[in-house]
Amino acid sequence: MRHAFLDHHSQTESPIHHLDARAKIIVFFTFILIGVSSPPTSFLLFSLLAIALISIALLARLPLGHLLKKVLVVLPFLLVVALSIPFMKKDAVGGGYNLGLGGLSISRSGLWILWNVVIKSCLGVFSAILLSSTTSFPQLVRGMEKLGSPKILTMLTSFMYRYSFILIDEMHRMKRARDSRCFGGRWFWQSKVIGDMIGTLFLRSFHRGERVYMAMLSRGYHGTMPETKARRLGLGEVLFLSLIPFLLFLRIYLR
Amino acid sequence: MTSNKVIEIDHLSYDYPDGTPALRDIHLEVSPHESVAILGPNGAGKSTLLYHLNGTLMGDGKVKILGIPVEKNNLKEIRRKVGLVFQSPEDQLFCPTVFDDVAFGPLNMGLDEEEVWQRVQKALEMMGLRGFEGRSAHHLSEGEKKRVALATVLSMDSEILALDEPTDNLDPAGSRMLIERIRSIPQTKVIVTHHLDVAFDLCERAVLLYGGRKIEDLSMGELLRDRALLERFGFDADYARWMYERSARFQSAGLK
Repeated sequence: MRHAFLDHHSQTESPIHHLDARAKIIVFFTFILIGVSSPPTSFLLFSLLAIALISIALLARLPLGHLLKKVLVVLPFLLVVALSIPFMKKDAVGGGYNLGLGGLSISRSGLWILWNVVIKSCLGVFSAILLSSTTSFPQLVRGMEKLGSPKILTMLTSFMYRYSFILIDEMHRMKRARDSRCFGGRWFWQSKVIGDMIGTLFLRSFHRGERVYMAMLSRGYHGTMPETKARRLGLGEVLFLSLIPFLLFLRIYLR
Repeated sequence: MTSNKVIEIDHLSYDYPDGTPALRDIHLEVSPHESVAILGPNGAGKSTLLYHLNGTLMGDGKVKILGIPVEKNNLKEIRRKVGLVFQSPEDQLFCPTVFDDVAFGPLNMGLDEEEVWQRVQKALEMMGLRGFEGRSAHHLSEGEKKRVALATVLSMDSEILALDEPTDNLDPAGSRMLIERIRSIPQTKVIVTHHLDVAFDLCERAVLLYGGRKIEDLSMGELLRDRALLERFGFDADYARWMYERSARFQSAGLK
C-alpha cells in the first residue's frame, strides 16, 4: 500500500524544492509570524503576503487548486468556532446590522474578529502547506534538528513517520480480516472487537519495537543516532532568506 | 594459536526466556569465504542460531568470530565483523530514507562522511539500487526493501554475512534477482532458508537442524542425493535429484 498524505508533492523538481530545509522553515515561519501579528485592517499587507506565497507556489510548480483545496480542508474546524463570534458580541450591537430574523443581529466588532481569524489562519495554513509540499518529511525533520530542535524529539518524530505507515497498513489488514468474518452485530459487540484490535495492534507494535531495536544494535547503535554534517547554505538559500528583511519591512511600514 | 576458521561454535545451548529449549549442544565451524545454508522446519532453531553469531542472543557455550569470543565486552567489534539481516525488512529499515538506513552502520562505526558516502554508493550499486538514496522505505516494493536491507550491512563491509530468509515473501523474479546479487558477494555467508533451491544456488554446504539440534552437516551435493534425509525434512527428493543432475550436466559442460 502506498501513502503520501504527509508530504504530497514534496518530490516535485523545482528551485524551491532544492532549497535547504532550514531556509524554508525559517522563511515560512516568518510568513506566519508576520501574518498573525498584523492588525486586521492591514489589507495591503495581507494581499502582498498572499501574492508572495502564491508566487512561491508557482515557482515550486505546485498546482494552486490542490493547495487551496488543502486550505479549505482545515477551514471548517475554524469556521465553526469563528462563525459564532459575531453573534456573541452583545456589547456592540448598536454598530452592527440587524438581520431581522427573530432579533438576530451581527455586531461590527464581531465581524472584524471573524475576518481577523479567517485571513490569518488562511495565510498561516497556506504557508505551512507550502512548506510541507516543498520539503519531504525526512528533510523537514533534519532541518528542525539542525535548527536546534531537541534530538530526542526529532528522533521520535522520524520513527513515528517511518512506522505510522506500517501501523496503518497493519490496521487495514486487521480491519479487512474482521470485516470478512463479521456479519454485523450489535454495537456493543462491535466495540469489544475494536477494543481487541487496539490491544493486538499495541502488542504487535511493542514486539516490532523490540525487533527494530535488535536491528539497530546489530548495526552498531550505542545510544545516540549518528548524524551527518549539514551542507552549507548556497546562493539560493541566501536569496530565499532575504525575503525575511523584506517581510519585516512590510510589516513595519504597511498599516 | 590463531585458528583459520571464521566462525567457531562449540557446545552452544540456548533456552527461550520462558524456558523452552531452543538450541541444544550445537557445534559448527565455518571457513573463510564458505557459504553455509541452515535448513530445517519451523521452530528448529535456525534463526536463533543465526542471532548468536553477532551476540543478539547469547546462550551457554562458546561462540567465536574470527577468533574473538562473542562476549559483552567484544560486542562492538563482533558487530562490525558480522552483518546480520533480519527476516523482515520493516524491522531492518528504520530510518526515514534509504540513504540514512544504509549509512547507519558506517556512521556508527565512526567513519568520516566522505568514506560513508562512498560505502553507501558502493553498497547501493551492488544491490542495483542507484538513485534510491532519497526514497522512503514505505514507498519501495518488497524486493527493493529486501535489497536495501542487504545494502545496510554491505556498507559495513563485514567479513561475515548472516541472512535470515533472504528470499522470503518475494515473487519468483524478485527471488531470482536477489539470489544473483547475493551470489556476487564474496564474503562468508550463513543463510537461513526454507527453500532447497535457494540453498542450492547460494551455498556449497548445508547444516540441518531439527528440534534445536544439529542433525547433519554435509555438502550440498551429498544432501541432494540423500533421498531418506530429504524426505525426513519434507523436501521433494525428485526435484532435488533433478537439480543435482542438471548442475552436474552444466559442470561437465564447463558452464557453471
